[in-house]
Amino acid sequence: MRRVLVFLACLFFSAALFAAEMRFENPQQQARYENLINELRCLVCQNQTIADSNADLALDLRNKVAEQIAAGKTDAEIIEYLTARYGDFVLYRPPLQANTILLWSGPLLLLIAGGLLLFFTLRRRARLDDEPENPL
Amino acid sequence: MWRFAIPLLVVIALVAAFGRALFLDPGKVPSPLIGEPVPEFSLPGLYEPEKNFSSDDLKGHISLVNVFGTWCPGCHEEHDLLMAWSQSQDVPIYGFNLRDERDAAINWLNRDGNPYAKIGFDPGGETSIDWGIYGAPETFLIDAEGRIRLKHIGPMTEAVLREKIIPAIEMLQAEMLREEQS
Repeated sequence: MRRVLVFLACLFFSAALFAAEMRFENPQQQARYENLINELRCLVCQNQTIADSNADLALDLRNKVAEQIAAGKTDAEIIEYLTARYGDFVLYRPPLQANTILLWSGPLLLLIAGGLLLFFTLRRRARLDDEPENPL
Repeated sequence: MWRFAIPLLVVIALVAAFGRALFLDPGKVPSPLIGEPVPEFSLPGLYEPEKNFSSDDLKGHISLVNVFGTWCPGCHEEHDLLMAWSQSQDVPIYGFNLRDERDAAINWLNRDGNPYAKIGFDPGGETSIDWGIYGAPETFLIDAEGRIRLKHIGPMTEAVLREKIIPAIEMLQAEMLREEQS
């Protein structure tokens, strides 16, 4: 039992250790850094953020983000710098704009369509049930 | 009748959408830099570090910029084609040596030939980030005013040269001719 606990403790602490490397003395800058690298996509391994990915590109991008934070750039400026070069695809969370309207509204539209379908189907069934059986 | 027609239409639409998606390559992310001037840069040369390769070198003529590294299998694949191009065409190829070791890159080019007019050495990938480069090989077509006009992601092939690169170069040359005349 104790061994199991020690093993579990190791697992937990190792995960915390690898969550993000410490780049800044200043906790505010470190928090901004961690937040940004979790919002940016690694373009080589596309379903990972640059925080998750071990690809060389992800490391270079993390360095770039850290460098720009150190240089006093705001978060918006850093995002702007990267989207100007890699396009909106570098954003892990797609922005709401003309070409992504369908992406964002799609689930809601499907929900509404399904709801309407359900509503009309149920109403028709209820009406069928109300009608008297064919009195032959 | 309607009862079957609507689900059928939905299924056809889904099959069409997914079918199309099968033939898209999500690994190829379009570059927002097409039509933009090349990002300002100055990199130390690969062979002679004191001789820089910079954005000024890309002005005044049509050129190709190719991203390569000895670690990149696609770069070895396309190398013969680039060699043939550099020996037969007027449009020079410039190189970005990305995330590489200087000796390894020089050894490779000395052994298999060097198709590049100039090579910038970018071990940290910083200039590459400025160019929106995310892998190798990637090839850019630069016009005479130093603007990026086309980007090809992945190894160069004869088909890509024939169908994409050469027609684009001919278009740029025609553009230049028109501007000279006007």
